[in-house]
Amino acid sequence: MVEILGVPAPALFGQLLLGLINGAFYAMLSLGLAVIFGLLNIINFTHGAQYMMGAFTAWMLLNWFGIGYWWSLLLAPLFVGFTGILIERVLLKRLAGLDHLYGLLLTFGLALVIQGLYRNEFGSTGLPYAIPPELRGGQNLGFMFLPNYRAWVVVVSLVVCLLTWLVIEKTRLGSYLRAATENPTLVQAMGIDVPKMVTLTYGFGVALAAFAGVLAAPIYQVSPLMGADLIIVVFAVVVIGGMGSILGSIVTGFGLGVVEGLTKVFWPQASATVIFVIMAIVLLLRPAGLFGRTS
Amino acid sequence: MKGSLLATGAAIAAFALAFPAAADFTGGKVRIGVLNDQSSLYADITGQGSVVAARMAVEDWGGKVRGVPIEVVFADHQNKPDVGANISRQWYDTEGVDVIVDVPTSSVALAINEITREKNKVFLVSGAATSDLTGPKCSPNTVHWTYDTWALANGTGSAIVQTGGDSWFFLTADYAFGHALERDTEAVVLKAGGKVLGKVRHPLNNPDFSSYLLQAQASRAKIIGLANAGGDTINSIKQAAEFGIVAGGQNLAGLLVFITDVHGLGLQTAQGLILTESFYWDLNDQTRAWSKRFAERMNGRMPTMVQAGVYAAVTHYLKALDALGSDADGRAVVAKMKEIPTDDPLFGKGQIRIDGRKLHPVYLFEVKKPAESKGPWDYYKLKATIPAERAFRPLAEGNCPLVK
Repeated sequence: MVEILGVPAPALFGQLLLGLINGAFYAMLSLGLAVIFGLLNIINFTHGAQYMMGAFTAWMLLNWFGIGYWWSLLLAPLFVGFTGILIERVLLKRLAGLDHLYGLLLTFGLALVIQGLYRNEFGSTGLPYAIPPELRGGQNLGFMFLPNYRAWVVVVSLVVCLLTWLVIEKTRLGSYLRAATENPTLVQAMGIDVPKMVTLTYGFGVALAAFAGVLAAPIYQVSPLMGADLIIVVFAVVVIGGMGSILGSIVTGFGLGVVEGLTKVFWPQASATVIFVIMAIVLLLRPAGLFGRTS
Repeated sequence: MKGSLLATGAAIAAFALAFPAAADFTGGKVRIGVLNDQSSLYADITGQGSVVAARMAVEDWGGKVRGVPIEVVFADHQNKPDVGANISRQWYDTEGVDVIVDVPTSSVALAINEITREKNKVFLVSGAATSDLTGPKCSPNTVHWTYDTWALANGTGSAIVQTGGDSWFFLTADYAFGHALERDTEAVVLKAGGKVLGKVRHPLNNPDFSSYLLQAQASRAKIIGLANAGGDTINSIKQAAEFGIVAGGQNLAGLLVFITDVHGLGLQTAQGLILTESFYWDLNDQTRAWSKRFAERMNGRMPTMVQAGVYAAVTHYLKALDALGSDADGRAVVAKMKEIPTDDPLFGKGQIRIDGRKLHPVYLFEVKKPAESKGPWDYYKLKATIPAERAFRPLAEGNCPLVK
């Protein structure tokens, strides 16, 4: 059997694929963060809580209303996105023009409150959410057993990431968005409702987090802490990719998933820290991030 | 003059004999500090449930010991040894806490173990698992109540080796607890003639286990031993099902599984798991009655063995204070606890050994199939009872310096 650095090649392919799957979650979450940061200049620390809310909404839809996974994929992001719009209208709007720190404190505080409420209601162990029957089972790829559900996650998140990128980079709506990021006053003078666009963008970023939450529900335990554990890593991904860079967040999300996956083979104990080590190195060499533009 | 001095002396002596309490209880009250995980992956196993259990013990005792009021305080150690050590020093030095109870997360418990010894207070462990607390690190100020890694290995590990699971691969949480559980289980496996084909150590509170499961799958070991706990165990089991581990002929051994974990997994996923616990709410009339009272206060949640252990340990502590009439000297209190036989509704009759280990029977359970369960929390079938004298590590094998 061919071996690479003492690990059989087939096993290595398996780990690469797994890394890609985890990277899919990083990519989707950091994409939402990047979109929000780009337009609102807000570092959305509530993102992890909103991802968790997505998973919980799916759970509630199933257990309280009998609505299954496929509808949840649509309904949960809509609902959580709507709560995001409320947050933007009621709270975040007031912070426009202030220092980043205020937005950070507000969203971080909100995250703690939301997590606390869910923990109080559902406990910290979390709740089970079954894989939808259509996606149960898996394929034997020869070098590994690939569960159908994980394959689905990679494909869906790639599609979502690409669509978002296309909308922002290639459509008229996207060009408004990018223009409003550069100079909101001028764009408003052209007759475009910038405040509404800001609100909807935040709602969209949040909905993206909730969508990732629904995708995650069958894999991980639906638990109030699932977002808090992930969000720190996702922030590191955003920083490495370059704050506000759409493509950067997608590529680094998948890339770091793979790096983390490989670490789990060669030195499992370090798998929780490797991303932060990379972050420190990137910040030293390229303070704006791998894909960021220095202004 | 001489006569009156003598009379006064006699009066003081009589007073001291009649009311020893006021003078000998530090701070004029007994203060019990419940220190555990209030917010993270072990919060359902310990958390507020342990605080409620401690309060129930105090209430059932009558709220006072020898006329001195008893208080329960609690704090969150966030599973970090430095945070736990800071809180315990503050409690002991400035806030008049006499005894620290529970403390899950073995790394934190080992730190508190040393601080308690240094300050001559009392440490009643229920949440932490490492058998080192009654082994090389044993202390005259510590009682280890509910369970330990040796008992888990001896229960679940032996049962699985005996039914043919003789080759193992460990998924181990990378800190004191995981290492101890892996070590104790490995010893059981090797002693029974089995072999260990590999192990992988994952960070605490790790969400994705697929990579480790794939490594376990590649090892072709018959048994994948999960030397982790709480959310880590839940995610391991859940993802093992997803990757077809069990369907592929390998079996999982959850070496430490709590009833809240089974509740979180759901019977569909958890069915058939073999696990070791020293308490289950549905054991007998007394455990049922107590658990019902507990559940009424905990939003319908049944107690874990850790929470039951907190109740029993606090009850026995108060019994010792009552007999001793003082809480000032931690070593003397623990010596008294060892001297009096234990008797409580949850663990029955037992005793505390010289090395600090509480002895009681330990049970081997199997998780029911969904069809067998009559409703929420009806999860376990009793497979075997391991009597107290065989449930825990023999005194001579622990290397505890207190044993000579």
